[in-house]
Parts: sequence; structure tokens; C-alpha cells
Amino acid sequence: MKKGVMRPGHVQIRVLDLEEAVAHYRDLLGLIEMDRDDQGRAYLKGWTEVDKFSVVLRQADEPGMDFMGFKVLNNTVLEQLESDLTAYGCAVEQIAAGELAGCGRRIRFEVPTGHRFELYAEKEQTGKWGVSNVNPEAWPMDLKGMKATRFDHCLLYGPNVEATYALFRDVLGFDLAEQVIDPEGNRVAAFLTASMKAHDIAFIDCPEPGKFHHASFFLETWESVLRAADLISMTNTSIDIGPTRHGLTHGQTIYFFDPSGNRNEVFCGGDYHYPDHEPVTWKAEDLGKAIFYHDRVLNERFLTVLT
Amino acid sequence: MPTITVENAEACQTFEIKPGESLLVGSEKCLSRAIPVGCRGGGCGVCKVRIVMGRYDSKRMSKAHICERQADAGYVLACRVYPLSDMRIEVVNQSQAEKACLK
Ligand code: FES
Ligand SMILES: [Fe+2]
Repeated sequence: MKKGVMRPGHVQIRVLDLEEAVAHYRDLLGLIEMDRDDQGRAYLKGWTEVDKFSVVLRQADEPGMDFMGFKVLNNTVLEQLESDLTAYGCAVEQIAAGELAGCGRRIRFEVPTGHRFELYAEKEQTGKWGVSNVNPEAWPMDLKGMKATRFDHCLLYGPNVEATYALFRDVLGFDLAEQVIDPEGNRVAAFLTASMKAHDIAFIDCPEPGKFHHASFFLETWESVLRAADLISMTNTSIDIGPTRHGLTHGQTIYFFDPSGNRNEVFCGGDYHYPDHEPVTWKAEDLGKAIFYHDRVLNERFLTVLT
Repeated sequence: MPTITVENAEACQTFEIKPGESLLVGSEKCLSRAIPVGCRGGGCGVCKVRIVMGRYDSKRMSKAHICERQADAGYVLACRVYPLSDMRIEVVNQSQAEKACLK
């Protein structure tokens, strides 16, 4: 049941070299560089996003994901979810408005897979980049690279997927859109949505907690996924796999890496989900086809290469 | 062009590095299977090797995979190492099964 969580709002990614990372996300993915702060973090977003930023890059010793944030409908919802999380047994950390430039008060908590999540109700709205909100043109003319339209979802690896799913379902009101079930009946992957999208966040079972598999960005067409592949080759960017299609969610996709080894995805298409939909199930025996629909075999990297 | 010798490969392997190429990309291009390929960005730790001998430049590597103690002992991530001379290296056998998820 919906609890007022609207959408993935931001992800803070650790990188080994900030300027190299900014160049990758800005010039190759085509995100818009929006701001820097006095901690040296860089703020970017996809051009269709109305809020000021969705990707925050922080230089650190160790790549990976610091946290992912979801925007909720309003402050009443934020207060309600804060007390629901506390009642559920989560330690909730308060982060003052302005700690991320342009973002309102955030609450942060850790889930059983070892990842940190945030909720917030307010972020400065700068509007879609390069187009007006009145009689908007189709797209801005001076976009770069892959012209990624928005930050879409993350896939995270860690233990206790079941407990994390329960928290997202019972406290935050997410639905299970797709899942992978092993022969013993364990849920080894959970694709969760707070919207009509096939996933807003996904988890895959892994003994090591808090691992980052990828941050994903939305493109409009298969043609633009192929163009993204061309750009990856033109720029000698580290490729993982694709262009191909996922079985899970049926999105058309390509995986590659940022200069610090964090995996990125750009994709288009994908299934939709309404609250009355039964979850779609893939069998773990057919994981190859579930992940890479055309090859039908997993590459080792999908399971082992994480930050 | 620097020649790299992998001392502990099943059959002793050598490959050459073109200017500007990392140890890992050089190995990949020579179709050498000696060094496992991951992110190629110093983040995942899959390409860990130990330098036995040789000079090189390097870029930053994730502290999660190369701590100071390991760095002092000659461990590096091959994707962040740019050989300046012939080198002898050892591939670090991290059990892939151990690292693998869903297994
Ligand atoms: S391939 Fe990932 S650290 Fe070298
Ligand atoms: Fe994805």
C-alpha cells in the first residue's frame, strides 16, 4: 500500500577522482552539472528532472554508494514515515536542511542489506533543464553524450534481502514488481517499486553487505541505447556488457563503468506495474536469461564486480 | 614496449604493453587470461596482482581492496598500473567462488 514515497530522488556516489568522475557523468552520460558545495561534492541531474540534483559525487578512498534518497510527498508524510521507521526498530539519523545544497531536512536509516537510505520532502526545484514549463520544446538542443533523461534506480547487493524487502513493503509502501526465487523457495532478488516503474530500487542477495551494483539512467529509445554503446567505444570507456535486454523488467540496456569502477546503466523500455499486479517471477535456475535475455548466460562480472 | 611476465600463470605467460595502456588492458588486449577483468577503474578489486619486479606509474586504487599494508607488500590493482619497464607479476588468486553472489 502506498505510503507517500514518490520517487528515487538522489544517489551519492564515491569516486576516486572527482574531476574525472564529473567529466564522465557530464560529458558521457550527458547529465547537467548543477552545483558544487564546500565539502567539494559535485551535483548533477538528468535534464528532464525538475528537482535541482539527483546525482552527488564525493571524492573518497573507496568507490561505492554512500546513500540513496527517496523524495516523499510532503512534510506530513516525512514525519509519519519517521515515526513508522522508529517504531519498526530502525535507528533514524537526522540530517539538517542544507547539508546537501538545496535539499530540505533528511532522515537517514540503514536497511538489513547494509545500505543507507534517506527520505526527504523538499528540494529546490529548478525545473527541467533547458526547456520551459510553458509551451515546452521537445528537448534542449545542447545536450551532451548519451543525453540521459533521469536518474532511474539502483541495484544493490547485500545479505538479508528478505528483511530489507519487508521494511520497504511494510514501512515505506513499496510493491514487489519482480523477484527471483531459488529452488528452495528463497527470494534471492527483489525488484521494488513505489510507482508504475518496474523498479525504483532492486536488491540481490550477496554475503557482503552494503555493495553497490549500479546506478541507472533512463534513455528514450533502443536507438539511443545503441548510440550510448557507440559513445562508450568512442571514448574508450570501460564496458561491462550490452547492448542487450534484461529478462527481469525487460528493459533494453547497456552496462559500463565510471572511471572509479562504479557500474552505470543506461536503459530504455521496461515493464510497468500497478498495485494489483502479481509479482513477476524468474527462477534462479534461469538467472542467465533473467539478467541477460539474449546471451542467456551470466557473465562472472555481474555477480562479482561490485563497489 | 614493456614485456610483462606472469610468474604464477598456469603456463608461464608473457604479454606486451603499448604506451599509455594499463597492465590490465594490456593483458586483455593480448587475449591473456592471466588477470581477471572487472571494472577497470580501481574499484572492484578483481584484478589484484603482486608486483615482483619492475617500474610503473599508478592511479588511485580503492582502499577497500589495497590497504597500506598490502600496498607496501607490492599488491596493486592491475587496471591502475601503467608499466614503465619490463615487469614480473603474480596474479593473486582470490577465490572467485568466494566473491560470487547467489552461489
Ligand atoms: S578491474 Fe576492478 S579494480 Fe581493476
Ligand atoms: Fe538496472
